[in-house]
Amino acid sequence: MGLRLEGSARADILAHAEAGYPHEVVGILAGSRAAGVVTRVAALVNERADSLANRYAVGPLALARAEAALEAEGLEIVGYYHSHPDHPSRYSDFDRDHALPNMSYLIVSVRAGRADTLQSWRLREDRSVMDEEPLSPGVPPCP
Amino acid sequence: MSVNILIPTALRGYVGGVSSVPVSADTAGAALDALTTAHPALATHLRTPEGKLRSFVNVYKGHEDIRHLQKEATPLSAGDTLTIVPSIAGGAR
Repeated sequence: MGLRLEGSARADILAHAEAGYPHEVVGILAGSRAAGVVTRVAALVNERADSLANRYAVGPLALARAEAALEAEGLEIVGYYHSHPDHPSRYSDFDRDHALPNMSYLIVSVRAGRADTLQSWRLREDRSVMDEEPLSPGVPPCP
Repeated sequence: MSVNILIPTALRGYVGGVSSVPVSADTAGAALDALTTAHPALATHLRTPEGKLRSFVNVYKGHEDIRHLQKEATPLSAGDTLTIVPSIAGGAR
């Protein structure tokens, strides 16, 4: 189906990823699941203090609270975004192993502090791979 | 005995789109097994091939994580609610 970023969603994700560099940042994509549209993003706190440059984690209570706040505004949870500092926007095996089904996983590559490429992935039903989904707007940010 | 399992958004597609599923079980592990017996496509997302709960699957009895109780052997009483709460994790390498 694909994922469409509307309003300030894309700019907010890129700004969060750049501000957090060289650490990984993470957040929620909220909007309409049926339409594949993200109208709001919510930054989360990366709890992986031991390995901030290449890992993220958000525990169940923090995630549930953040998602409930978005749902209280009538938004649905469409997926999650995270950054890959100085690494491609392709998913890693670690990403796949920890992925929830039926969610979009948007990854933004940040090179030397500047957001580079964005790709969105969805876990295949047998958990063997993540498939890229069309993303709009999907072009790299302007220099 | 009858208990209720609350299902998170990501997994509702496997249980007919509903947010809670009643099952009959006397431990948390048996309740999850009853859930995946009734909805087999859910099994691969709840457990590893070795049968362990996946890292992002957190199960609460009421407000307590079963990891802090008796894990999957946590006893249930009629009317208890189990909640499956996802966590998220990942990273570049």
